[in-house]
Amino acid sequence: MAEQAKVSAETQDTEQIVKTVTFHILRYDPNRDAKPYIQDFQVPVRRGMTVLDGLVYIKENLDGSLAWRSSCRMGVCGSCGMFINSFPRLACQTQILHLESNDIHVKPMPNYDIIKDLVPDVMPMLMKHKSVKPYVIRDDMEELESPTGEYFQSPQELENYIQFSYCIKCGLCLAACPTVATDDEYLGPQALAQVFRYNRDTRDAGNEERYRLIDRSGGPWSCHFAGACSDVCPKGVDPGFAIQLLKRDMLLHKLRLKKRPGPAPVMGPPEKAERRPNIPEPPEPTV
Amino acid sequence: MEEKKGYRNKLGLMGWLSGGRYGIERYAYTLHRLTGLGILTYFIMHIFVTATRVQGQEAWESIMSTLEKPFFKIGEFLVFVAFAYHALNGIRLILTELGVFMGKPQLPVYPYKQSTLRQRPVLIVVMILAAVVIVAGGWDFFFLK
Amino acid sequence: MRESTAWYLFLLAGLVIFVLLSIHMAIMHLDSILLAMGMGYENVLKFESVFARGKQVFFMVMYILLLGAALYHGLYGLRTILFELNLKKGLQRVITVVFLLAGIGLFVFGAYAAIAAYQMKMI
Repeated sequence: MAEQAKVSAETQDTEQIVKTVTFHILRYDPNRDAKPYIQDFQVPVRRGMTVLDGLVYIKENLDGSLAWRSSCRMGVCGSCGMFINSFPRLACQTQILHLESNDIHVKPMPNYDIIKDLVPDVMPMLMKHKSVKPYVIRDDMEELESPTGEYFQSPQELENYIQFSYCIKCGLCLAACPTVATDDEYLGPQALAQVFRYNRDTRDAGNEERYRLIDRSGGPWSCHFAGACSDVCPKGVDPGFAIQLLKRDMLLHKLRLKKRPGPAPVMGPPEKAERRPNIPEPPEPTV
Repeated sequence: MEEKKGYRNKLGLMGWLSGGRYGIERYAYTLHRLTGLGILTYFIMHIFVTATRVQGQEAWESIMSTLEKPFFKIGEFLVFVAFAYHALNGIRLILTELGVFMGKPQLPVYPYKQSTLRQRPVLIVVMILAAVVIVAGGWDFFFLK
Repeated sequence: MRESTAWYLFLLAGLVIFVLLSIHMAIMHLDSILLAMGMGYENVLKFESVFARGKQVFFMVMYILLLGAALYHGLYGLRTILFELNLKKGLQRVITVVFLLAGIGLFVFGAYAAIAAYQMKMI
């Protein structure tokens, strides 16, 4: 009985309207408008409502033409990056009540072209990401195409780069970066952090190739550690840190002070291991 | 289907000055650029002014008498202030841009302690040292002699 | 020269400037504090003092090193700022060449002045 009372009290809590806030949303319809403009909406707020919930409320009840990107609504897909109250955030991860304001200013991420309303054109970021070869590069094509075992990597080697593999390509870091604000050629914190992630990955042998790709005016030398990218990253990837470590790695590489181990070897089955009597053999590989 | 070009939303130079409510490092970067430009402007003129000593005492003293006026003295003090900040912040930048002070990569656990937070004490120390140097210089500039 | 080499030299020049310019600033602008500690020069801006310092090898060498490092650091920094403003490739090349020539020109001029001051006879 007590459990039931507690549950219904909680649901009542989240169904109750705490206050009404004003959403100031930047609207832009390329077919009709010459410039973007701000439109206000009154949104009733319940506990636990995110900015994304607010946008859904507006689209369902107030203005069906509002456009934005969202997908997972739980902070793993990276679609809903927006500029909320002067800070780039994921709309699904921003609680309206946590913003502690009655005015919620929602704009599309800066430093990307606006396609419509809150939808940015993230193709430049994705093309820059593609241009730095963000995949494991190795010589042994035979092994890559018909694998016989795992590549050896210790937990310490993994910890060296795994933080930077959590990138969800939301693009908030490029929205925050002051260099991206003026320079179209700059690769951006996302691409450079991925360069570092693949260079530090011991399974990869493409360090030289990537260094040659980025050692130009749009490369990490345009980063001046304003640190805004690390401040806004919603997954703690800390791209600013990756770029500074990348500059250090390139200096040590240039001075030939860094050890150059080969790419990780293939790990065969353990030696002198005998199968226990009762365990059946695995099925034949089908790939 | 024809692709319409999007509306350009790059912040431009305003993105250097502001652009959002970020941590103090982003504004330290803007101040570093402004002080650098100020020092460079002064330096180019300084090369020509100090070269006049080769022409003898009269040439030197005539140009010095122009530069002893309060307008130039205050300008020189501003260059000293700019140097104090730019030099100390520059040492911090040389070290952090080569990865010192920020530890090693770790698994991100929420709430994240990102690298900007880890090196913030260094920035605070730099600002305090710069303030001390500026006060010492200001005292020397305006109150002694 | 690759961009990375230019950038590392830029950092190195910054370190050189940090040491040498601190000495220069201390002598010129913290002179009362230095005198109270028993070092330093009096009346730093008077011609006699400037002339006397100019005749010392240490100062002549310091001025030339500082001039070179500061010109490289300053002009490379200005080039970086300009290059982040989305300039066309042709204009970028022109800026690089102009800054290189201006830097070399100013260095020759300043170094000549330092060496001439070293060799000056008192007038």
